[in-house]
Amino acid sequence: MKEKKAVISVVGKDQVGIIAGVTTVLADNDINILDISQTILQDFFTMMMLVEIKDPEKMEQLQLDLEEIRNRMHLKIDVQREDLFQTMHRI
Amino acid sequence: MSLAFQEIQETIRMIQMEKLDIRTVTMGISLKDCMDQNPAVMRKLVYEKILSHAGSLVEEAEIISEEYGIPIVNKRISITPAAELLGTSTVEDAVELAKTLDKAAAATGIDFIGGFSALIHKGAARGDEILLDALPRALSETSRVCGSVSVATTKTGINMDGVKKLGEVIKEASDRTADNNGIACAKFVVFCNPAEDNPFMAGAFHGTGEQEVVLNVGVSGPGVVLNALKRYPEADLGEVSEVIKRTAFKITRAGELIGREVASRLGIEFGIMDLSLAPTNAMNDSVAEILEEIGLEQVGTHGTIAALAMMNDAVKKGGAMASSYVGGLSGAFIPVSEDNGMIKGIEDGSLSLSKLEAMTCVCSVGLDMIALNGDADASGISGLIADEMAIGMINKKTTAVRVIPVPGMKEGDMAEFGGLLGRAPVISLNPRSPEKFIRRGGRIPAPLQALIN
Repeated sequence: MKEKKAVISVVGKDQVGIIAGVTTVLADNDINILDISQTILQDFFTMMMLVEIKDPEKMEQLQLDLEEIRNRMHLKIDVQREDLFQTMHRI
Repeated sequence: MSLAFQEIQETIRMIQMEKLDIRTVTMGISLKDCMDQNPAVMRKLVYEKILSHAGSLVEEAEIISEEYGIPIVNKRISITPAAELLGTSTVEDAVELAKTLDKAAAATGIDFIGGFSALIHKGAARGDEILLDALPRALSETSRVCGSVSVATTKTGINMDGVKKLGEVIKEASDRTADNNGIACAKFVVFCNPAEDNPFMAGAFHGTGEQEVVLNVGVSGPGVVLNALKRYPEADLGEVSEVIKRTAFKITRAGELIGREVASRLGIEFGIMDLSLAPTNAMNDSVAEILEEIGLEQVGTHGTIAALAMMNDAVKKGGAMASSYVGGLSGAFIPVSEDNGMIKGIEDGSLSLSKLEAMTCVCSVGLDMIALNGDADASGISGLIADEMAIGMINKKTTAVRVIPVPGMKEGDMAEFGGLLGRAPVISLNPRSPEKFIRRGGRIPAPLQALIN
């Protein structure tokens, strides 16, 4: 399987260390961040990242690592393949 | 071109808050090469063929669902109409075949297998007769097998002998599952102009014009359409239609992407996309609520059919632009027991059986998941079927009847079917009998609409 792009969305109560925590997990899993944007909506931290997954076979490990941070910081983190968004919003 | 923050958020919102999902990926499998004079051999061939193609359907669908973060709610299988295999069988063999299908469905981990079916719109062949005789037992002695019978088309007219028989089949299936509110009938559909590539149950079967193996996909999203409309409370109806169309387009695009991915992982051909607004009992996942959002105080009142017609058409237009292979039923479903708004409409006396019939003239499919009084007789049910078949025949569209006479219940009672099938307030048939009309039998000739060559 070739390289794949994915959208990672992170939502949770704003607190110190969300970006640090999430990006560390990504770096440990050899995932390259292509684009990143974030905003705070009524105390809720919302971040979207476009990333490049070099080895899709390792997705399971990534999910396990993210699970730890989901629980520790009470975040909702979703990883979704990027072509879904392209298909829905681009002709 | 890079994606905007808002676009990403819109997709995530649709999936997480508004219940956008892939309602079903349905693998169609031809069983024509499993025919055998020896019924035991045939059952073995059928079981092995289903397992060999669909063995990893559930697993692959779940992996893809995870990767895209979009739920694939149901994984299902449709087969060649079973009557095609039953020409030399006995009724007992046919029931055994249904049980084999049930076992194969359980082994692959799917919830429903469709295609215990017959096409008798012009007349019944021997295999069809066997299937019809076996249907009540097949439906009541299995849990995952769905059946359907095509009894009318625009091209052939209505086989009234078949209509008569099916009223009796439905009654018997109900009686055989009297302890469970006649649940066997929830797995059985009578069709006019059936779609041979429909992925939705209970009416899915793998048509005789289909390839060896194919994957058809059904997407849904009443919740997404409802929420989109809520953002335009004062739009005129042209704009409402545009909002529905745009939403349907996006939903269909997502569905086709996922469907093609599942098909490619399984190494089979992608068939069609069926974009149908199929409600569920979840909050805000109701077709009735969309009609009410458009401006009806309650579904069933005057204006219901006009609003439904507009919605159904807008869904089709959005879907047709989004996919080159739109098929199946593609439109709005109105299964009463699976739609909280429809249930409430009947309970409050706003929605009636007559109005539901009229609604089927302008939306996809027909009288769906309607609970009838337990003492409804077979000829009354046949009459109801005949009316619905006539609507489909004259309007050159698919219509269907999936009704459940609930033993021991009368109008006003609530029949619980459980799980996906929901619950339905019992409606009474008109007590005046069409018995003589049904007893006449024969075939209603094809209408003038059929003469198009």
